[in-house]
Amino acid sequence: MTDKSIYTENDKKEEVRNFTISILSENSIGLLHSITIIFTRRKVNIESINASDSEVMGVYRYTIVIKTTRSMAEKVVKQIEKLVDVLASFLYEEDQIHYQELALYKISKKIIDVNPEIIDIVNNHGAKILPTEYDYEYTLFEKAGNRESNRKLLKSLETYGVSEFVSSGRISVSKSKRETITLLNQLETSDCNKI
Amino acid sequence: METELQKENMQTEEIKQVLGSESLILSLLEEGVETIFGYPGGAIMPIYDALYDYQDKVNHMLVRHEQGAIHAAQGYARASGKVGVCFATSGPGATNLLTGIADAQIDSTAVVCITGQVPSHLLGTDAFQETDIISIAKPVTKWSYQVTDPEEIPEIIAKAFYIAKSGRPGPVLVDITKDAQIKKCSFKYQKCERVRSYQPYPKFTEESINQAVELIDNAKKPFIVYGQGVIISEAENELKEFVEKTGIPAGWTILGLSAMPTDHPLNVGMLGMHGNYAPNVKTNDCDVLIAIGMRFDDRVTGDLNRYAKQAKVIHIEIDKAEINKNVYADVPINSDAKMVLKELISKVKPNSHDSWVQEFKDLDKMEIQKVIEPETHPKSGKIKMAEVIRIISELSNGDAIIVTDVGQHQMIAMRYYNFKKNRSNITSGGFGTMGFALPSAIGAKVAMPERQVISVSGDGGFQMTLQELGTIFQYKIPVKIVILNNHFLGMVRQWQQLFFEKRYSFTEMVNPDFITIAKGFSIEAKQVNEREDLESSIKTMLDSKSSYLLEVVVEKEDNVFPMVPSGESVSNIRLS
Repeated sequence: MTDKSIYTENDKKEEVRNFTISILSENSIGLLHSITIIFTRRKVNIESINASDSEVMGVYRYTIVIKTTRSMAEKVVKQIEKLVDVLASFLYEEDQIHYQELALYKISKKIIDVNPEIIDIVNNHGAKILPTEYDYEYTLFEKAGNRESNRKLLKSLETYGVSEFVSSGRISVSKSKRETITLLNQLETSDCNKI
Repeated sequence: METELQKENMQTEEIKQVLGSESLILSLLEEGVETIFGYPGGAIMPIYDALYDYQDKVNHMLVRHEQGAIHAAQGYARASGKVGVCFATSGPGATNLLTGIADAQIDSTAVVCITGQVPSHLLGTDAFQETDIISIAKPVTKWSYQVTDPEEIPEIIAKAFYIAKSGRPGPVLVDITKDAQIKKCSFKYQKCERVRSYQPYPKFTEESINQAVELIDNAKKPFIVYGQGVIISEAENELKEFVEKTGIPAGWTILGLSAMPTDHPLNVGMLGMHGNYAPNVKTNDCDVLIAIGMRFDDRVTGDLNRYAKQAKVIHIEIDKAEINKNVYADVPINSDAKMVLKELISKVKPNSHDSWVQEFKDLDKMEIQKVIEPETHPKSGKIKMAEVIRIISELSNGDAIIVTDVGQHQMIAMRYYNFKKNRSNITSGGFGTMGFALPSAIGAKVAMPERQVISVSGDGGFQMTLQELGTIFQYKIPVKIVILNNHFLGMVRQWQQLFFEKRYSFTEMVNPDFITIAKGFSIEAKQVNEREDLESSIKTMLDSKSSYLLEVVVEKEDNVFPMVPSGESVSNIRLS
């Protein structure tokens, strides 16, 4: 239930923090556009976005991270749920989900030859070496974790020289007992399709 | 014998082979479409070619601009409760629909727009008259879909009508590529009854009803605010019954207007910026605010931080995204207005709130004396807009469909027409589209030919879509057209006067001779300048069996009062 205080003049003082929106949808062309313009309209920046399959065939899953107030996040989520092709849209605080991002770090083999401690640093951060062809001039490291820990490794490696760094958007699963297949069954049999 | 029967069964189950264009027309016929407003062009020509063979089954009206087509479809939908349909070609044809699509979206109007599109192999190539209309229209459509495979047409059209009409209605756009129109395909139609990702009719909970009933039964100063949701869910009778059983005064949003007769003793008037004095002041005095099928638009609420803060709010609303959007609901009831009202009627206690209602009447007296009487019955000076509307109201017995444009004349028409029938007020509320009235009136008259339909515009708005006089002329549509001519963009001028130190920046209009223009379209017309000619001229217009244009030259610098200045609290409404 929403706290009434967010609809008073204190609105502006409301805390800005991270929210994760998890969307289940049909796999339809242009839906990503329909979703992103809802954020654009309210001038909310998308921190990260990920689209993928879900555990149910044909059902797509978006994970979107935004930094905003609780009241804004709630309004945006309701607008998303209103889209015809969206099956459901959930709003999560950080402590309601398990989440990860995947990061890749590319470093020249020459640098690693001169600075072998890089391998220890990478191991200590829980990253691993991705197998590449032997004649490549670089080594690829892969690390899964939250944004902060992935950034921390980047910072450690930056002193030696990182030629490329990339991170995926956040993916998350909720701590709730919700199951997509149960939700689909409810939607397919609900009496909300007519008066 | 058995084989005969089997043969017959096989024959009836045989699926018809048609072109995509014909599949579209057949689909529209399956949905019961009787009238299409449209404008042909290259990318939609196969559909028009198919339409040629079905002229005896469906009525197509050639408008003079695509904006006219969509507004006519809106007027048709609003007057009849059916789905309005319009056709346009690709590129500029499609983009010309956008203003009306956006208008239909914000005013919850069920329309299905069919646009032609360049052949699919040219998509994305900047081909002649190509535009990505689906993407452009995304923010202003309830749903949109591009068809490139003609086999999809029946299913998509069925889905389009279901989505446009159900729940909170809205515009749906179906864009069909030219190759899909000319390819052969099978035709088998089945109406859409469910889209699993779309749940248009949420059901209320027993608990929310009980909470609402308790608040309503114990309220000392309850107040109902109702909107178009009442009309869309066809809950006019239920609203009246609920109001009468509980004795609660009710105020209306401009889209809710005509859901209850204007002169019902418990109908206490218009809410918001140019609404009536009492309902605005009393919003900040009531103890329970019961909102029915309305969305707390900023023109209704004024400053939200000073809107009904003292009241417990019950919000009956079918669109979940509207609940807690602007005003916090202590008791949200996310469901269809008619269903909820029926339930509430059966559970609330019969009641009356005579002294509370009297407080409204007392404030009314002030407004009548200071504003309404001098505006509607002026003794001298130039003709006033309010007296024109009063006379139209009296002479038409409050029985006409009034289609208004946007601006001063619109507020005046809402305030002073005495509506007796439901679905009689058609206006561009949320979007405020100037030029809406004339084409929408065409749609309303086509939908309800037996009713008197009067388009009321200002001189500014009329000139935005006056080309639709051509449509009126060609199809002999007997709509009545009133222009309240003050030679100004009146509402903007009013704001310039009140908030910009009378710096009348580009609001004065040097107008053409509207009578000559009407005559060019063979439409009977008259200009009125003097008060003594007004009543007889309006009578002539109303009595005319054909279309008729009446230009009334009114006071140039008239203002609409009362007024809640923007950003102000509704209770700080000004009478002058």
